[in-house]
Amino acid sequence: MKVLDRTREVMRRDRVFDFMMPKVVFSPDLDTRHGPILYLEGVTVSFDGFKALNDLTLYINNGELRCVIGANGAGKTTMMDVITGKTRPDAGSVYFGQKIDLLRMSETDIAQGGIGRKFQKPTVFEFHTVYENLELSMAANKQVWHTLFARLNGEQRDRIDRILELVGLVEERHRLAGVLSHGQKQWLEIGMLLMQNPRVLLVDEPVAGMTVQETERTAELLTSLAGEHSVVVVEHDMEFVRSIARTVTVLHEGSVLAEGSMDEVQNDPRVIEVYLGE
Amino acid sequence: MLLAKLYQQDRGGSFLLMALLLAAVLVPVLNLWVPESSPLHLSTYTVTLLGKYLCYALLAMALDLVWGYCGILSLGHGAFFALGGYAMGMYLMRAIGDRGVYGNPELPDFMVFLSWQEVPWYWNGFDMFWFALLMVVLAPGILAFVFGWFAFRARVTGVYLSIMTQALTFALMLAFFRNEMGFGGNNGLTDFKDILGFDLQADSTRIGLFLVSVLVLALAYLACRYIINSKLGRVVVAIRDAEDRARFVGYKVESFKLWLFVFSAVLAGIAGALYVPQVGIINPGEFAPLNSIEMVIWVAVGGRGTLYGAAAGALLVNYGKTYFTAAFPEIWLFALGALFVLVTVFLPRGIIGLMRRGKDRQS
Ligand SMILES: Nc1ncnc2c1ncn2[C@@H]1O[C@H](COP(=O)(O)OP(=O)(O)OP(=O)(O)O)[C@@H](O)[C@H]1O
Ligand SMILES: [Mg+2]
Repeated sequence: MKVLDRTREVMRRDRVFDFMMPKVVFSPDLDTRHGPILYLEGVTVSFDGFKALNDLTLYINNGELRCVIGANGAGKTTMMDVITGKTRPDAGSVYFGQKIDLLRMSETDIAQGGIGRKFQKPTVFEFHTVYENLELSMAANKQVWHTLFARLNGEQRDRIDRILELVGLVEERHRLAGVLSHGQKQWLEIGMLLMQNPRVLLVDEPVAGMTVQETERTAELLTSLAGEHSVVVVEHDMEFVRSIARTVTVLHEGSVLAEGSMDEVQNDPRVIEVYLGE
Repeated sequence: MLLAKLYQQDRGGSFLLMALLLAAVLVPVLNLWVPESSPLHLSTYTVTLLGKYLCYALLAMALDLVWGYCGILSLGHGAFFALGGYAMGMYLMRAIGDRGVYGNPELPDFMVFLSWQEVPWYWNGFDMFWFALLMVVLAPGILAFVFGWFAFRARVTGVYLSIMTQALTFALMLAFFRNEMGFGGNNGLTDFKDILGFDLQADSTRIGLFLVSVLVLALAYLACRYIINSKLGRVVVAIRDAEDRARFVGYKVESFKLWLFVFSAVLAGIAGALYVPQVGIINPGEFAPLNSIEMVIWVAVGGRGTLYGAAAGALLVNYGKTYFTAAFPEIWLFALGALFVLVTVFLPRGIIGLMRRGKDRQS
């Protein structure tokens, strides 16, 4: 039965195969006239009947810093999977700006189009140096043939140096990423996102496993990025969220439970019930 | 200047190139100009054996490129090797002309034997050397492209991919065993007479083939090294270590895997094409799944992810094989198995890894 379902899914008539979809062209000026840069509407994702996202509707404004909180399994990571093309939703729509339908794009196109993502588990290229990690992440022509002959020019070196400074890894530039501390890896990954010149940064649990000082520096870094970029931060550490948050969205069982300032959200009776009810 | 730089950056590689250069000088001298009575004389049999090892070294390097650097454990590289070999074999077959046993000017012996009336269409063009060379590149290249296009796009990885490559080579073996395929069935292609007009039995031709093998191996090494040192090489290693990260950084993972795989398959095909005129036969046995597994052992023994390690592993294991199969034929397979287990358990980075570790301790 499962095989049959799979086949049906592949053969769905309302969708063409991904590789046959027309190329979406990114215009450099993304249309964000109406405020939001990301639109998620009615998004539903189910895994074997279990709804990880349930009719989720969420808007992220251009240049804002948004915190998303929620209990384990609330669907936060799944939401990022949907935005970045890793998971295709069963229903709903996801738009980047007014015109770009993210559900019709591949993961690489979404990444190149300006949505960067940090994974929940820090993921860097362990057998490359910090410098090479940033080099590889840099926004550039990423076609096979082109990378074979690519050379760093002066401007690009400067860019890498700037990011190295920003994430505080200047001293570590020639060390292998695999030997960095947990916190440093998190920063490196954020640096890698920045190298991509993204419009939107999706940051999944950036301070997990960080010391207090590291956490503070991360908070500073993320707040400084907002404005030029739109930043979505998923985090469990309430202290941290309080220190950076302007708007907080609470997810619960795959949909939005509450949204507002940290104080509003914390005093919301439904939120209290969910958090205390556990 | 350039050589000094190369030596600094890549000691192992320079060592390999030096060794090849030395062989290119010594082997012809010892074979052609040192009299046979002298103990220093190198027999033509040995020259051919060495040439064969070089082909294996090239094959191992091709495999290391995809396995060591991109984590694609192909257990089907024997298929690409054999296809290149068959393309060359078909040229050599056509070059026999009317000197076959049946003396038929048009048909190769095995077709006369099957009482075919004419040469099948896909043998057209193989009487021209350049066409055969083109096929040496295209046949494995296109097969690898089609296979990789589906497999990498469907994101097949790990063991599943390895099993698929085994199935590929196994299927080809069964196909090539069939007489109706028109590739000589289980006897394959053999009884070659000459290549480009040079007698294949002549010492000078043997030396010529040996030198071409040396040259091709050296060039292939430099090409692979160039790829690995380029940004493309760094992307490929990044894909090996964190495929998802690479994808979300904006690289089309499947394209990178595909092109590396195709390039590797082409190198394997060239190795096969050099191999066939030296050993004088190509048959479906070359497609045997076991062959492809053996190649993986060469690479593992030498040390994967170094290129020259793979070449060294191929030379070493095959030397061992020649020795063992002559001295104790029954135990070769066991020895090979034991070697593989020992290497994976004790020397995960192969002999090269062991040598490097020794050096690190000293300094
Ligand atoms: N590939 C999958 N297959 C099946 N179930 C999945 C899959 N991915 C996620 N889930 C389930 O979906 C639910 C939501 O997962 P998700 O990872 O989005 O939660 P989260 O909010 O990020 O939680 P956490 O705070 O623990 O990271 C969980 O119950 C999880 O078990
Ligand atoms: Mg999560």
